Parts: sequence; C-alpha cells; structure tokens
Amino acid sequence: MELTVTDLACARGGVPVLEGVGFSLTSGRALVLRGPNGIGKTTLLRTLAGLQPALAGAVSVPPESMAYAAHADGLKAVLTVVENLRFWARIFGTDTVEAALVAMNLGALRDRAAQNLSAGQKRRLGLARLLVTGRPIWVLDEPTVSLDVESVALFAGVVRGHLAAGGMALIATHIDMGLTEAEVLELGPYKAKARPGGGYGGAFDEAFA
Amino acid sequence: MSIWKYANPKLFMQTTDRVLPFLIPLTVVLMVVGLVWGFFFTPDDYRQGATVKIIFLHVPSAMLGINAWLMMLVASLIWLIRRHHVSALAARAAAPIGATMTMIALVTGAIWGEPMWGTWWAWDPRLTSFLILFLFYLGYMALWAAIEDPDTAADLTSVLCLVGSVFAILSRYAVNFWNQGLHQGPSLTIAQQQHVADAYWYPLMISIAGFILFFVMMVLLRTRTEIRSRRLQALLARERMA
Amino acid sequence: MIALLVRDLRLGMRAGGGFGLGLAFFLIVAVLVPLGVGPEGQTLAKIAPGILWVAALLACLLSLDRIFALDFEDGSLDLLATAPMPLEGVVTMKALAHWITTGLALTLASPVLALLMNLPGAGYGWLVASLAVGTPALSVIGTFGAALTVGLKRGGLLLSLLVLPLYVPTLIFGAEVVRRGAEGQAVLTPLLLLGGITAGAAALLPFASAAALRINLR
Repeated sequence: MELTVTDLACARGGVPVLEGVGFSLTSGRALVLRGPNGIGKTTLLRTLAGLQPALAGAVSVPPESMAYAAHADGLKAVLTVVENLRFWARIFGTDTVEAALVAMNLGALRDRAAQNLSAGQKRRLGLARLLVTGRPIWVLDEPTVSLDVESVALFAGVVRGHLAAGGMALIATHIDMGLTEAEVLELGPYKAKARPGGGYGGAFDEAFA
Repeated sequence: MSIWKYANPKLFMQTTDRVLPFLIPLTVVLMVVGLVWGFFFTPDDYRQGATVKIIFLHVPSAMLGINAWLMMLVASLIWLIRRHHVSALAARAAAPIGATMTMIALVTGAIWGEPMWGTWWAWDPRLTSFLILFLFYLGYMALWAAIEDPDTAADLTSVLCLVGSVFAILSRYAVNFWNQGLHQGPSLTIAQQQHVADAYWYPLMISIAGFILFFVMMVLLRTRTEIRSRRLQALLARERMA
Repeated sequence: MIALLVRDLRLGMRAGGGFGLGLAFFLIVAVLVPLGVGPEGQTLAKIAPGILWVAALLACLLSLDRIFALDFEDGSLDLLATAPMPLEGVVTMKALAHWITTGLALTLASPVLALLMNLPGAGYGWLVASLAVGTPALSVIGTFGAALTVGLKRGGLLLSLLVLPLYVPTLIFGAEVVRRGAEGQAVLTPLLLLGGITAGAAALLPFASAAALRINLR
C-alpha cells in the first residue's frame, strides 16, 4: 500500500497556496508536515482527503483508505462518549469500540455526555475515532491541540502502534510528538508564487492580457 | 474554430467591444420605433379602446421574463459541463434583467387588467405562474449575493437553476390544475397572426425585436462588468499572495 | 446508513433537538387562524384544507436549517463526506430523519387540528393521506435547500426564500386533495400527482443535494 503525491497544487478560497508538492509514503511510515501558519497545511490535507479538488497534480491512493481528523472533532454534545464512538464505528462498518476507548484512556468517561468533557478529553475522543475507522492511512490536522503532555505521549504511542501494524500517518503539527522515526516535510519551499503580469493565472487574467 | 472560443474572457471582451457600438443604437432605434408606432400611430381597438396599446410593453416583457430564465438555464448547464466562466457570469448578469421583465409584465398586466377584467389582480394561472417565476428569480439572485467565493456561487446557483426549472414547470401545470383562469390564450405565435390585426402586428414585432436586443445588450454589458469585477478580485488576491 | 438515521433521530428526540417545536408551531397556527378569521364554522370549514397544508408546510420549514448546520459546525459533515457511504445516501437519510421528526408527526397530529379548524368529516382521511404522501417531498426539497445554504451566515432566511417557491406544486396538489375530499369529490388525480412529485423528488433531488454539499464542503 502506498500514498503517492505528485506535483500537487491546491487552493484556498480560490487562491493557490501550495504548488509542486510531492512525496510518497509506504506502510509503516509517517510524514510530519511543517510550515508557518497560513502556508496551507489544512488545505493540503483536505485536498488529500478528497474534500476539495486539486488545482493540478495527482494523488495516488487506494480507494477508501484514508481516515481524516480535522480541527473539529465531529462530536455530538448530547451523546455520550461511547455513543459518539459507536456511531462512527457503525458508519465505517467496524465494531471495535472498546479497544479504542482503552487506547485513548477514555474508559472511565464512557458514559459521560460529550458536552461535559474538557477540551483535551474531547480531543482524545476525536482521535479515538481514527481507531474505529479501521483505515490504514491517517490524515491528521494538528492532532495535539489542547492535549496535555501525557496525552500527547499517549497519542504518539497510538500512532506508533498504528504504524507498526502496517498503517501510515500524515501529520500536520507544530509541536514535537516524539515520533523520531517520522520523516519531516517543510512546506515553505512549495508556497505558490504569484504569476508575473497579473492575477494568479486564473481565467480572468487573459481577459486583459 | 467553434462557438466555444467566445467563452474565453479575452475574446469575449474584444468581440463585445466591437459589437456593442452597433448593438446599442440599433436597440434604441427599434425600441423607439416599435413603442412610438405602437402607442401613437395605431388605431384604438373597437372594444378595448386605447388600453390595448399596453400590449407593446406587456407581450415583449412577458416573453423575455420567461426566455431570460431559459437562457440562464442554458448558461448554467454550460458552466456545469464545460466550466466556462463567462457562461456563469452571463447567467448571473441575466437574472436581474429577467426579474425586471417579469415585474414589468406583471405591472402592465395589472394596469391592463383593471379596465378589462375590473380587477388589478386575479389568481389566474398565467398571472400566478409569473408571480411564482418572479419568486424563483428572487431566490436565484439572493443565492448569488449570499456566497462570497465566486466559483462556489456559480456552482450552487447553477444547481438551483436546474432544479428550479423543473419545479417552475411543475408549478405551471399545478397552477393550471388549480384554477382554469381568465387570461386569454397566447395572442401570438410567430407563424400565425390571426389573433392580432395587421395594424398591431408590425409595431409589435418591432417592439419585440427591440426588447430582445435590449436584453442581449444588457446581458453583454453586465457580463463585461462582472468580468471586470472578477479581474479586480484576481488582482486583490495577487496582492494578498505577494 | 441506518446508523446515521438512528443517530439523527436520537439527537432530535434528546434535549435541545427541536423535536416538538414544529408540532407546537402547527398547533399555534391552527389556534391563531380562527382568532383572526372569526369563529364561524362555515368560513373555517371552507379554508381549513388550505390553512392546514400551509401550516404544515411552514412547520416543516422551521427545522430545515438544522438538517446540515449542526453537522457542519461540529465537523461531522467533513467526516461523513470521507466516510464509506455516498453523500447521496447521507442526504437521503438526513431527509428521512427530518421527515420522521416533523412530517410524520404533523401527519399524525393533523386530525386534532382539523377538528379545531372545523374540517368537514369527509376530509379527515384525505387530510392524513395527503400529508402522509406529500410531506416527504417537503423534507426532500427542504434538504436540497439546506444543502445549498449550509455554511452561510444568516442562511435560514435565504433557505426559506429558496425553498418556498419549490413547495408550490406540493402545496397545490396537497391542499386540493383535502378540499376535494372534504367536498366529497374524486381525489384520485391530485393524490396521484402529489405522489408523483414525492416519488420524483425523492428519486432525483438527493443527487442535486449531494452535489451542493460537495461544492459547499470544498
């Protein structure tokens, strides 16, 4: 199983942010994406997850193999921890909720409504969702936001276990998760450049060429 | 070379630069001739008197009220299938004109209806359909205005235009089913002129031609404005990137 | 797909889900109209079919903006879009959940309100039948409107403006069924046309709704 990205360009709000991005990832490997705010990490991950079309380039990936975790956790406030998790397990056609609860240290909170969780606990629940998807490629957007040091280490252990089981992870993050084996891709050099002579190469530049 | 080359914004701007100087005077001449002839140089109808002359406004505006939507539907399909930006902008440009034409048809109809049927408004199928069509225009324009990203707005309004067209036709039949109506059948078909006397036929045809050219002219002008405004956005986006 | 339906129903029933609001609105309209029109049974009986259908339609409209807005805000919609079920299925389940919590509830409650509106006895069965056949179309069309306006600030008002013209055929045929039923005329034609609209909308509109959602999510 392999994820290959070639010469990818993506846009946010119609404006190109990244271009020429290329990398590949194989089973058991992780890639950390780095770059300053606004460089387009979220945009790149959303493009990879298939939520928005790429401006150019290609993403080669087996179908239905990606699990995407965004800034928002997709939790329902009035449902309990285990209900939230079980919903996603059913959507993805798996039924292994218990293992995920244990792995993310949520066992004691299982019957608490999501609205009564702390920010860090919500985040842990959001990340536990990855485990119930049963998908090999994890696409993680700032997964450690609002996690304390212990929880970061816990999650790093979960990611390591996922890699050891033949999975892959693509992580956009600012902090060091302690995943020493992960490769790092700096996005700075891929920042899209403005075209000389006008606009951003869209259809409306040529109207006045 | 195919017709699609005009979907290129540059060629569109160049072509309309050359066409408009002829189109605008021709439109003015046809509209003035059609309306002046119709209003002042036709005999009064033996039953309806001078009120009948509102036909020179009512019929062309009603025709365009419907056909503008049809044009928007075609333009929306072209945008969805071939992704030509000019097409989406032309659909956007046509909507307020179509809405205005529909409004003119409704208002002139009311003014005509008062002396003829003794009421400004009746829930007649044709009148009701036009009112519903006007609501469709309002929704379409409101959706364009509500969405910031221009390509997203173009996509969503095109989908709405498609679905709206189906429901507009359904509404037309539903309204017919609901009330059989006062309004006469269509007075005009291009091939036959039996419903309309010759004295009215020629000025009416000129007036219709004038309205059609007016519509085309306005769509071209407004599309040019939209293209310029998109260019402005592109330049602003470049400044943000720099 | 069933999991999504079950979750949406559960969310609708729990506190803050808004279940019952539509019903309460339906009831209030049926109380306010006689207060405005006057208590004469004859007048009320004459306008009852139309008022009941318009009230049902407005009650449906109330909860439309919640169909996708909540899932959009908390990020579930992004996650559903990457889940192993087609978005067409997602929107169909969403519409079904909306119908069960509003349309079905309105249908079941309608005879009581028809009593308040002094609907002639022959109309009761046809009122329930027409709502049962027609309200699914309201939910499906409304889901399309919600998909178009998801993520927009002040989308609620725009949603009403977009959806109400699309409700015209359903309203006309639905109210016509009840009117003819109440007057003892043949109702088969409008009822079949109403069913046709529901079937057509349910078969085709999910594709448009899913397309609109994809556009809005990117």
